[in-house]
Amino acid sequence: MNFPLPDFFPASAEIFVLVMACVVLLADLFKSERQGWLPYVLTLATLAGAFAIQVGTAGPDTTLTFSGMFVDDRLADVLKSCLYITVFAVVVYSRDYLMARGLERGEYYLLVLFATLGMQVMISANHFLTLYLGLELLSLAIYALVALDRESARSTEAAMKYFVLGALASGLLLYGMSMIYGATGTLEISAIARKLSDPATNMEVLRFGLVFLVAGLAFKIGVVPFHMWIPDVYHGAPTAITLLIGSAPKLAGFAMAIRLLVDGLPTLAVEWQQMLMLLAILSIALGNVVAIAQTNVKRMLAYSTISHMGFMLLGLVSGVIELRASGDIHLSYAFGSAMFYTIAYVLMSSAAFGTLLVLTRAGVEAETLDDLKGLNRRSPWFAAVLMMVMFSMAGIPFFIGFFAKLAVLQAVVAAGYIYTAVFAVLLSLIGAFFYLRVVKLMYFDEPLDNSPLVASTEMRALLSVNALAIALIGLMPQSLLALCASALGQALK
Amino acid sequence: MTDIPLLSLAVWLPIAGGLLVLASGDGRNVAFSKLIALVTAIFGFLVTIPLYTGFDTASAGMQFVELMPWVRDYNINYHLGVDGISMPFVILNSFITVLVVMAGWTVIEYKPSQYFAAFLIMSGLLNGIFSALDGILFYVFFEASLIPLYLVIGVWGGKNRVYAAFKFFLYTLLGSLLMLVALLYLFHKSGSFAILDWHREPLAMTAQSLIFWAFFASFAVKVPMWPVHTWLPDAHVEAPTGGSAVLAAIGLKLGAYGFLRFSLPIVPDAAQHFAPVVIGLSLIAVIYIGLVALAQTDMKKLVAYSSISHMGFVTLGFFIFNPLGIEGALVQMISHGFVSAAMFLCIGVLYDRMHTRNIADYGGVVNTMPKFAALFLLFAMANAGLPATSGFIGEFMVVLGAIQFNFWTGFAAATTLILGAAYTLWMYKRVVFGDVANSHVAELSDINAREMLILGVLAVCTLAMGIWPQPVTEIMHATVNQLLDHVAAGKL
Repeated sequence: MNFPLPDFFPASAEIFVLVMACVVLLADLFKSERQGWLPYVLTLATLAGAFAIQVGTAGPDTTLTFSGMFVDDRLADVLKSCLYITVFAVVVYSRDYLMARGLERGEYYLLVLFATLGMQVMISANHFLTLYLGLELLSLAIYALVALDRESARSTEAAMKYFVLGALASGLLLYGMSMIYGATGTLEISAIARKLSDPATNMEVLRFGLVFLVAGLAFKIGVVPFHMWIPDVYHGAPTAITLLIGSAPKLAGFAMAIRLLVDGLPTLAVEWQQMLMLLAILSIALGNVVAIAQTNVKRMLAYSTISHMGFMLLGLVSGVIELRASGDIHLSYAFGSAMFYTIAYVLMSSAAFGTLLVLTRAGVEAETLDDLKGLNRRSPWFAAVLMMVMFSMAGIPFFIGFFAKLAVLQAVVAAGYIYTAVFAVLLSLIGAFFYLRVVKLMYFDEPLDNSPLVASTEMRALLSVNALAIALIGLMPQSLLALCASALGQALK
Repeated sequence: MTDIPLLSLAVWLPIAGGLLVLASGDGRNVAFSKLIALVTAIFGFLVTIPLYTGFDTASAGMQFVELMPWVRDYNINYHLGVDGISMPFVILNSFITVLVVMAGWTVIEYKPSQYFAAFLIMSGLLNGIFSALDGILFYVFFEASLIPLYLVIGVWGGKNRVYAAFKFFLYTLLGSLLMLVALLYLFHKSGSFAILDWHREPLAMTAQSLIFWAFFASFAVKVPMWPVHTWLPDAHVEAPTGGSAVLAAIGLKLGAYGFLRFSLPIVPDAAQHFAPVVIGLSLIAVIYIGLVALAQTDMKKLVAYSSISHMGFVTLGFFIFNPLGIEGALVQMISHGFVSAAMFLCIGVLYDRMHTRNIADYGGVVNTMPKFAALFLLFAMANAGLPATSGFIGEFMVVLGAIQFNFWTGFAAATTLILGAAYTLWMYKRVVFGDVANSHVAELSDINAREMLILGVLAVCTLAMGIWPQPVTEIMHATVNQLLDHVAAGKL
């Protein structure tokens, strides 16, 4: 037997996060009474360090390592950098909330770091097993996080529901992977793509496997009809955990879709494009319509997530068509639009849940729409932050959400699906209603509760930066759009 | 031509000022915030004056053009410029903003800095709409301008403000979203978002028809044309005085401007093909909405319906495709900008004192407010289209054009001169003349210097334009003629 030592360099950020997770665990065990801040600061340092390593080691080339199981390309660099920033923001936003509820313990930081590691592995996976490993690492950490508040029956129920449905989804995914393995004889994603053009490959088995693969994927990113867990988990989990679930994993989910479908099964595009189109249309319709009926902000945002993920899928669907029709320049734009949409959504959703966290006080959850009433009187700035997020989610310029929608719709129209575009914009009109309702509650109504908002300085500062990013990238979207396009262009070459 | 980016200043100066006012907050320094607002509004107006003085009336092309790449991946440019059609509206808008800031000076008590900031930001965005030469840039300004007005109606509006704000926002959003798809389709066809490139882009009739209706959905709601006008009376009635004035003076012009900038030149054949539909809807607006206005008991609602009726005249003028019609419609738009703003400000003057807009609650106002009554009479006459006021010029030109086009169309359109006089003067009579109706009217005080200044300036504009319209019409000639040649040539 011959075990060559793999090249660890492309995975240095992952290794760093893993080591630091263990350090956080030990620090939590041995810290003194007065050092309660230690895990918090260490976690933030880990994320900042990982960001620095990622940016520092980013190169123009695609590197494969661990026998082709792990890939480090520009797509991975961009998505992981966004991931660290997002998780950093999540940790800062969550601290006050968790402290007020006695949940701010070492486990939280440890689990967040393991979830981050899982997402890093997913983003860089070039092999079905690596992908599955990353996905499970993420999922198991999140199951535990949802149940972090042991006293709360609702959280426990949400965790159970999430666990059972998540396990089912993982099963579907694994089953699909095994089928594809049966048809192609390999689990390596780039090798599968090569095998597709081989006439000896059994296409029936491959398509059969693809159905399960798409179902598993749809479960994980939460699109109709595999969305049932989203509202319950968003609602049941403590708001700080909802913030985590609702933001960073979308980046990993996007990477998973790109790696599995676009990288792995490009010539089966006609098949999975049809499936995704259906999922996208159903999600946009159901998400926007059902959100109107919600009185709980977290549930409303859960349905809004569903519709946003549907919109993101539209970008993926359009990209493939271009690949088949003409050259490849529009290909990367279409996929780039989906990526831009994902990043935009993560920015908006972290700001939205972050503002909800500002509104909660010790013992009192701010989660019904009534809690938002009159926010403009209590704090004009946070009202403005949430207003920007809402208009951005509704796709009104000058906010980032507008350009995200524009980029996706442009891809959809370029692919020739004019009526899909019309359908999508008409449903975003319905969606605009419930976003506007939030603005109405904050600005037009009297507050029910006049207590001042309490939030730590770093949270206020970061949330403000987050909101300004939504507005400024909305004014100047060019660099981020170009970054997404080039990242995908390089990854899909 | 100067090197100063005048249009960018006209757009961004008010927005920057608005953000500054917002940042100054509603604490103790309210007077300071108001001062910044007024100074910004005045400077915002001053920077637009060189647009008029430096304008080359012989040229039909775009002037004061600014072009830089904005979103390179999608070939979207920051492309501004004005021609004879759009330039007057940039000036009008900046001018009305100054008056609106003055009108709200002492009246607004709840969060005044947010109120003034909303108007300044809106003013910048509206200037952006009129000067954008890139489809997406236009769309961005077009939609973004909904946000401040939504907040103005919802926060400072009347009893039923929430309903009105939602209706306003969702109605206009519906139209503009369909337009967005049309813009994307045009980009897909031509590879460019430049509006002037689209003017040259050949399009088949089917595509033209679909694009025409997509644009129509957006602009007809915005004008508003019958039968999608129902948001306007609600929005006007519930909005605070300043909101109503801006909405009537500028907001309604956006849709009409869109027809001229998009529908007519980009899809000329479809525009000609569907012109009878638009003319029919316009005549319904002129006559039927005129009758509806007659039946109103609320002053603001009456003026709102009168606005719809006047805007019917504008769309009529556009779709009869002759120079008199289009120039008349443009003059009508500018005149309506002065007159409707003045009417709403007059009603605001009464409302600030009496807190009612019901015609029945008034009577004999002339006895206690003689100066106000005189000015109000002038605006009422202008609204009715009396010669020597600005209201007459536009209506007369459109009627002449319509008669050239078809006698009976002209005949039907001319009934507005009767209807307009009927509803405006009857309202005026009930509110102003007669004996003092009740003790509240008896306690009224006449307009103060600030109100006098606002209404006086508008009165001068109304009269000046009525007596000597040449300075306004001469800047339009070249552009309008070129537009008509372009439409007549067609694209098929």
